[in-house]
Amino acid sequence: MFDLTGKAALVTGASGGIGGAIARALHAQGATVTLSGTRAEALEALKGELGERAHVVTAKMDDAADIDRLAKEAEAAMGGKLDILVNNAGITRDNISMRMKDEEWEKVLQVNLTGTFRLIRAAMRGMMKRRFGRVINITSIVGVTGNPGQANYAAAKAGLIGMSKSLAQELASRSITVNCVAPGFIATPMTDVLTDDQKKGILGRVPADRLGTAQEIAAGVVYLASDEAAYVTGQTLHINGGMAMI
Amino acid sequence: MSDVAERVKKIVVEHLGVEAAQVKEDAKFIDDLGADSLDTVELVMAFEEEFSIEIPDDAAEKIQTVGDAVNFIKSNAKS
Repeated sequence: MFDLTGKAALVTGASGGIGGAIARALHAQGATVTLSGTRAEALEALKGELGERAHVVTAKMDDAADIDRLAKEAEAAMGGKLDILVNNAGITRDNISMRMKDEEWEKVLQVNLTGTFRLIRAAMRGMMKRRFGRVINITSIVGVTGNPGQANYAAAKAGLIGMSKSLAQELASRSITVNCVAPGFIATPMTDVLTDDQKKGILGRVPADRLGTAQEIAAGVVYLASDEAAYVTGQTLHINGGMAMI
Repeated sequence: MSDVAERVKKIVVEHLGVEAAQVKEDAKFIDDLGADSLDTVELVMAFEEEFSIEIPDDAAEKIQTVGDAVNFIKSNAKS
């Protein structure tokens, strides 16, 4: 089950904790992967670790021309096809709304939501032609529950869910599925910097009483990318240790 | 029928799974040939490929009948 041999996958934000784990997991299932992000060095290191069937294409998700180039170069690197697109790239610019600047709002929406839409649109053409596609958007629990200080991030992540449901309906007849994975609190370099008190506060809200791992998110992505998940579309898979049940 | 018209007809028949006899010049893709909006996008993509041309979105919107497609391709084809 969940064999991805012969499939071509593009993972954005692959230099991050969750993105890297997703790329490793897809690769381990047999997929060829293109790693994208802004940090070339980290991407090359991951490519080196994966060995064969790995490519790097750097791109900025707030640059429309760069996104089109990314789709083209990723397809070209992987023998002219792109079967699995994992939109994991995302940024935060946290601030309470009273103090949030227009730039902070716009930048987060631009990268997390608009950039993702553009990349999916660029990838769609080939998927439609080949009558196969798996689009997996990494959203967040806060896109559903909200989070103080993250009005911009939560709006972008909620936007991904609504967008995915619309795309899922548009593309279902072409055997292209569009789903979201919504992580809760996951142990990554981003959460490593939290103090023990902060971690304790977070864990008080997580019935599983621990942070999730990037591998646990990646496993959900592998499932949604697989042939076995062909009948799952427009859904959001919450992986959060029971933190929110929706 | 010209060569362009024949090739267009072949693409439409293959793509929409309709009878060749239905693919008349004034046949509308959506109303007469049962295409949905995604089908029309795919037809345009197929025409672009077959005739090595680019059909911009605003032009694609105006291509509603088989004849529209043939005329557009004839006046824009490179060869």
